[in-house]
Amino acid sequence: MKSIIKKLTETFGPSGFEKSVRNVIRKEIRDHVDSIKSDKLGNLIAHIKGKGTKVMLASHMDEIGVVTSYIDKNGFIRFSNVGGFFPVHSLTSRIIFENGRIGVIGEERRKSMSDPVEMTKLYIDIGARDRKEAEKLVPIGTFGCYERGFEDIGKRIVAKALDDRIGCAVLIEVAKRLKRKVKNDTYLVFTVQEEVGLKGARTSAFGIDPDIGLAVDVTETGDTPEAKKMAVKLGAGAAIKIKDWGIVCDPKIVETLIRIARRNKIPYQFEILERGTTDATVIQLTKGGIPSAAVSIPSRYIHSASEIVDMDDVEAAVKLIVKFLKTDQGGLKK
Amino acid sequence: MLLSKLSNLDGASGDEGEVRRFIHERIKEYVNTIEVDPLGNLICFKKGRKKGPLILILAHMDEVGFMITGKRQDGTLKFSKVGGIDTRVILAKTLRIGRKKIKGVIGVKPIHLLDEEETNKIPKIEDLYIDIGAKSDKEVKDIDIGDFAYFDTNFEKTSTGIVKGKAFDDRIGCSLILDIVKGKFNFPFYAVFTTQEEIGLRGARVIGNRIKPDYAIVLEGTAAGDFPSKKDIARTPLLGKGPALTVIDKSMIADRDLLQRIIGIAKRKSIPYQIKQAGIGGTDAGRIQISQRGVKCGVIAVPARYIHSPASLMSVNDYNNTLKLAVSVLKDLG
Amino acid sequence: MDELKGLLKRLSETEGVSASEKNPKDIVKEELKKLAISFKEDRVGNLIAFKRGRKSNRKVMLASHIDEIGLMVTSFDENVLRFSTIGGFDERILLGLEVIVHGKRPLKGIIGSIPPHFLPKEKQKKVLSIEDLFIDVGLSGKELKKNVEVGNFVSLKKNLEELLNERHSGKSLDNRASVTALISIFEELNRVNHNWDVYGVFTVQEEITGLGALSSSYNIFPDAGIAIDVGFGKQSGFPSEHHVELDKGPTITIGPNIHPGLQNGIVKIAKDYEIPYQIEAESGPTGTDASDIQISRSGIPTILVSIPILYMHTPCEVVSLKDIGRTTRLISLFISHLNVDMLKGDKYAT
Repeated sequence: MKSIIKKLTETFGPSGFEKSVRNVIRKEIRDHVDSIKSDKLGNLIAHIKGKGTKVMLASHMDEIGVVTSYIDKNGFIRFSNVGGFFPVHSLTSRIIFENGRIGVIGEERRKSMSDPVEMTKLYIDIGARDRKEAEKLVPIGTFGCYERGFEDIGKRIVAKALDDRIGCAVLIEVAKRLKRKVKNDTYLVFTVQEEVGLKGARTSAFGIDPDIGLAVDVTETGDTPEAKKMAVKLGAGAAIKIKDWGIVCDPKIVETLIRIARRNKIPYQFEILERGTTDATVIQLTKGGIPSAAVSIPSRYIHSASEIVDMDDVEAAVKLIVKFLKTDQGGLKK
Repeated sequence: MLLSKLSNLDGASGDEGEVRRFIHERIKEYVNTIEVDPLGNLICFKKGRKKGPLILILAHMDEVGFMITGKRQDGTLKFSKVGGIDTRVILAKTLRIGRKKIKGVIGVKPIHLLDEEETNKIPKIEDLYIDIGAKSDKEVKDIDIGDFAYFDTNFEKTSTGIVKGKAFDDRIGCSLILDIVKGKFNFPFYAVFTTQEEIGLRGARVIGNRIKPDYAIVLEGTAAGDFPSKKDIARTPLLGKGPALTVIDKSMIADRDLLQRIIGIAKRKSIPYQIKQAGIGGTDAGRIQISQRGVKCGVIAVPARYIHSPASLMSVNDYNNTLKLAVSVLKDLG
Repeated sequence: MDELKGLLKRLSETEGVSASEKNPKDIVKEELKKLAISFKEDRVGNLIAFKRGRKSNRKVMLASHIDEIGLMVTSFDENVLRFSTIGGFDERILLGLEVIVHGKRPLKGIIGSIPPHFLPKEKQKKVLSIEDLFIDVGLSGKELKKNVEVGNFVSLKKNLEELLNERHSGKSLDNRASVTALISIFEELNRVNHNWDVYGVFTVQEEITGLGALSSSYNIFPDAGIAIDVGFGKQSGFPSEHHVELDKGPTITIGPNIHPGLQNGIVKIAKDYEIPYQIEAESGPTGTDASDIQISRSGIPTILVSIPILYMHTPCEVVSLKDIGRTTRLISLFISHLNVDMLKGDKYAT
């Protein structure tokens, strides 16, 4: 799985610009599903036909990024955030733009080192000598994201955009292992614009109108020095979401996931996330209400250029979801 | 340009009746059907010779204003804001209140009587009041709790090509649509005037469940950024430089293809245009875009200085260029 | 009134935190059965009661949220539990509260913190945040792990107490006071003629996501919606111009979230039948089920009726039993008078 994760994380894809990621996923998945299409907003919807309960899984293709908003007379570029781009993670980071150009994030002088880092005091340096040169290379309104390579550090991997390319990789792997044999009518949806408001999930859920929804995304951990108290740990298994800022997951689905994990000896843990949410939140609120839940991959340093996940957790998530889809979920269809 | 009359009408979120009646009167000869929905949105439909594409052009009728929330024993009125208004801009301004448009002032302690600390504090809305000249609450007639109050501004031409008035956000859009519908188009279209945009894009939320267009173009009056500043930072859009196009704002990322198409048309027809500053403000397009199965949306706006305050400035050239661009885009899409 | 008191008491004292509303729903089901009102539960948990109208040509949907704010176990810390909130809490009131942890069996507990004697001086006078607090059920760390799981719900524990002037104090009067009113409305409707079909939805998760109102209004898509919630009654220390008070009748909201035609309609009923009522102006979305119902599908004419309470979102909320009775009467009479003219043409007719 590591090679597909490497390919996905190294692909350019901030919110609104998911085209390249979509193409990579389409190639990887098309031999393992019955049909693929994309909708008006760019969501990629893969379908494996099955009888009974209609299940929609969702992972988002987009990553956080930046968009250029102004070029000053010396060729330095001011920018705005696309999604939860945290200034504190970005100082002196490298950014890559739609057209492949690279820039470095710099900062105006601070009165004191203990002052907070503010977005309005940052700029991107693409090495241009003046405004004219910069405008030709990176015009206003150009999208960019972190430029950082994937690293395999053994049991664990480091990369940008594991949020949520790891979820996409999980769904691709799930499709490969299912071999088109499912006990539920299965939709694997790769959504757009999650980071700017869970947008793709809304329109795709409306179109599919599933019986249940299951998001696959990352979650934080509480296992680093002096971290905020949180039960999730890297390596302790697939995180079954109980609640986050936007949703209390449907208890029947959560129970089912726990039961499948126990029965098949798949390592799992419980997740309660204080700040942050997933596509499951809006799937639940679609139309007349769709019972929803989420399986999360624990990750450290989310929304930085160096997120870390544990491959055992990834494997556990894949196994759990495969078993879920291979079991008739008629009991969950109300 | 009906903006001169539209700007003087009073219609805050939830009180758009005056504006709705005015528009209804003037649009009826140009459209086939007119409806008002439960949110007060004015929905007009014009058949076309061709079956499609179905296009939606949209502007919001409401402006920011105030609502009377209580009457004090001393005859002054308690009020709250309707929509986003900076408290600092309302001090010592004159308002017109209720059906009878009774004049009142937002009173402020004279500077002679202020101590140093007070001059540096922004008063809280709870501490402000409106004075209509009554000596006790018994004298307050023709004003009820729940009535609305407006900046008492009258539309005027200031200097060559610049006009002043209130509610340019978004009577500009309403005026543009009234001009646009006079033209002849082959395709069917909806001209929709929404309510309650300023308090959360609420009118727009229901439009997408009634109309499923192929494209939606939102016409707005948007905050101009051309004020003096020591820093070399973004100031677009500027007055006089043409219509402002949205790439990304707080409510959405504009559809890339539609945006490129609009820019292409502007270039071909030699219409000046500018890119609106990234990440600022939001429009009804944000809600239309994610309605049902998704809609491709674009926003074309006339820059106006000092929106959400008693008096804004706009360039008539910008208005005309925006009209030209909007009509060209519609002809091209159709 | 005693029956009303008894019903309010049972509803207030039971546990029904957002997303875990089974217990109050069971009480409501019992009551609906007594009234021979049919009901069902939808797939996200809303309890929907239904009474057919004489003409059955239009639908009105009443919404009264049945969930309450509460807590959830997030982790184990030696022999105590760490928790997070479900719904809006003023964190300052948490210290010293009695709670029930719904683990393998209900466990009584207290919210504690490190006592001031053991804290450094600077921390003694500061507001405690959630990170400083924990739930103690009196078990050892080992026993705790056997009886409780991360994700268990925790509810506040409080008996309903009668105060002077027919006022009652307890937890979850937001929104069990309205739930009581909604049940009583069905009782009234058995006595009053009404043409429209009436759906009474006991909505779930209003305090966290609005899921209940969003989904039920989509499914039912009524011609009119009436949300019943609680509002802020004047407390000692409120500014003098805050004019909504306890015991002056239900509050009818006016503003952009409210349909002017329906609002005029219900005010007229209050005047015609001499039911005391109060008016409250709200210049934005009301933050109740009414916000979600109004923008459902292609739009639903909606009003909001609120029962005034004091000390909202604390375990000592106070309500006047008489206001619950007035709310019941007002809405029941309004339902019997509903007609389509109220839906078109508003104060500001086009």
